[in-house]
Amino acid sequence: MNLQYLADGLLLGSTIGLGAIGLTITYSILRFANFTHGDMISWGAYFALTVAGLLGGIVAGAAVPLAPFSFGWTVVVATLIAMALTGLLALALDQLLFRRLRRRGSAIAMVIASFGASLALRSLLEFVFTPQPTYFSTELQFAVPIARGLRLTPDQIAVLGLTLVLFVACHLWLTRSQIGRAMRATSENPSLARVVGIDVDRVVRITWLLGGSLACASGVMTGLVVQIRPYMGFDLLLALFAAAILGGIGSVPGAVLGGLIVGLAESLGVWAGAADYREAISFLVLIAILLVRPTGLFGSRAR
Amino acid sequence: MIDLLGYAAFFLTTALTYAILCLGLNLQWGMTGLFNVGVAGFAAVGAYVSALLTTPEIAGRLGGFDLPIALGWIAGAAAAGLCALLVGAITLRLRADYLAITTFGIAVAIDLFALNAQSITGGPFGIGFIPRPFIAWAGRPLLFNGAHLLLTGGVALILFWALERAGRSPWGRVLRAIREDETAALALGKSARAYRLQAFALGGAVMGLAGAIQAHYIGFISPLNYVSALTFLVWTMLIVGGSGNNAGAVVGAVGVWGLWSASGYLLNTLLASQYQARGSSLQIVIIGVVLAVILVLRPRGLLGERRIVSRHLEETGAP
Repeated sequence: MNLQYLADGLLLGSTIGLGAIGLTITYSILRFANFTHGDMISWGAYFALTVAGLLGGIVAGAAVPLAPFSFGWTVVVATLIAMALTGLLALALDQLLFRRLRRRGSAIAMVIASFGASLALRSLLEFVFTPQPTYFSTELQFAVPIARGLRLTPDQIAVLGLTLVLFVACHLWLTRSQIGRAMRATSENPSLARVVGIDVDRVVRITWLLGGSLACASGVMTGLVVQIRPYMGFDLLLALFAAAILGGIGSVPGAVLGGLIVGLAESLGVWAGAADYREAISFLVLIAILLVRPTGLFGSRAR
Repeated sequence: MIDLLGYAAFFLTTALTYAILCLGLNLQWGMTGLFNVGVAGFAAVGAYVSALLTTPEIAGRLGGFDLPIALGWIAGAAAAGLCALLVGAITLRLRADYLAITTFGIAVAIDLFALNAQSITGGPFGIGFIPRPFIAWAGRPLLFNGAHLLLTGGVALILFWALERAGRSPWGRVLRAIREDETAALALGKSARAYRLQAFALGGAVMGLAGAIQAHYIGFISPLNYVSALTFLVWTMLIVGGSGNNAGAVVGAVGVWGLWSASGYLLNTLLASQYQARGSSLQIVIIGVVLAVILVLRPRGLLGERRIVSRHLEETGAP
């Protein structure tokens, strides 16, 4: 296995890991397998694409690529705006649908609802933007040699860097800030958290906002290095669940490590000639972890 | 008039194949509380296995054993049941939402296999020339569709009767007991895992049978038939009709299939021609909204679950 497959695996793994951070946080605090997370990734990417297009139309010359990257300032600013928008979309969905089901206390009804909402969200994207793939930029990018037999494009390096930054930021936020501590307390035991005066409803709102904006960041990254499609997030979903469960639900470092392992396993599969079955490899990883250690690498929650 | 009757038979036959899928899901979810998001995958296994066994031989593809259709149906159901047994053996001991994720995964894996294993499944082109029952009457649509309606309706009725009986039997009561309170059922000496596995595998087999019936009714299958939208449609049917109630499963299937067909027809007439291709996405959005509204406003569905007690208790009139 040469270095290029390793680098591809790490790159894929970091996009999976970035998506899985949002999934694992929402999973542990909201306590249900949220199938809409994949579609938040797609919506985030399309939000960013639309805002970047608008900005490019308003501010002359803003869309000029920032050398050496293929994207201009518009995409950077649009990503920040789109993260807020996706967070609000997730929050709106909670207010309309999940909040009412949560009151009834049925976690599995929420999974059903999220499965349905996921399909509706995806189909709505397909209706508005058509299934045709699009791109942030049609600029050609040349891969620069990093080491012997290893080449990466500047965009790919940016994706790796941003994953690292967001991972550290999320980890510090959850472990050091007051609201982060409140979130972890809620994830451990919501009733007890309420007793000690934590506003659980506020924690839930912040979790949706955070989950949505992280999904959007992951969508923009995937859009940059692969392409933007209405099904991009949904196709990633199985890998995200595998990464989150592998790392242990609720663990941010676990999600990133899980993402990297799933990404490396997939590129190992591609190297071994199973490129057509790449997505099934995350399924195998998932089955393996469920058989061997259902709590995941860093998980403590009862299975 | 004849056209209309023919269409009604066609519509009902299709709806009844969905009703059979729904009955399978009701056994898993409605009666036992097992969350399966891989309905499309199990239907695909049934359809493909049956198609492989019954189609005439074709160069460059495995299978084509030219066996009788009935044998294909049985083999399709058995294969899907076996598939469910395997998935269940791995995941039924885990948290409920892990089962959801795994069944989602198995559907993705089956879809990938159907799409890529071209020498077995025909890949993206699917499998054609699947023998259709009553093909001799194909020239007379009313007779052809009527015969199919009777056949599919007969299978649905037998399954309905069998599942109703099973639901009232001690076996069905144990399933419900496990769904409601696993600890209590365990305390009574019932192996929750074994009962769950039985219900999951049986439900999978019923879905496989439905997949096989659909394949032989249409005569052609491709991976496009077994996307997550199918799973979603079947779930919506069960939730709308009332999970836990076999009659609800059938009513939901016919009702939601009616809504699906009507919305497709409406979108086709209302949307300008350049948007027609996108109409099907909007159809899914409409069904999604229906599911959400039912979940929020009437979670027990149209019919809801009836309280089932032992037959002997009913006879003696005790509460």
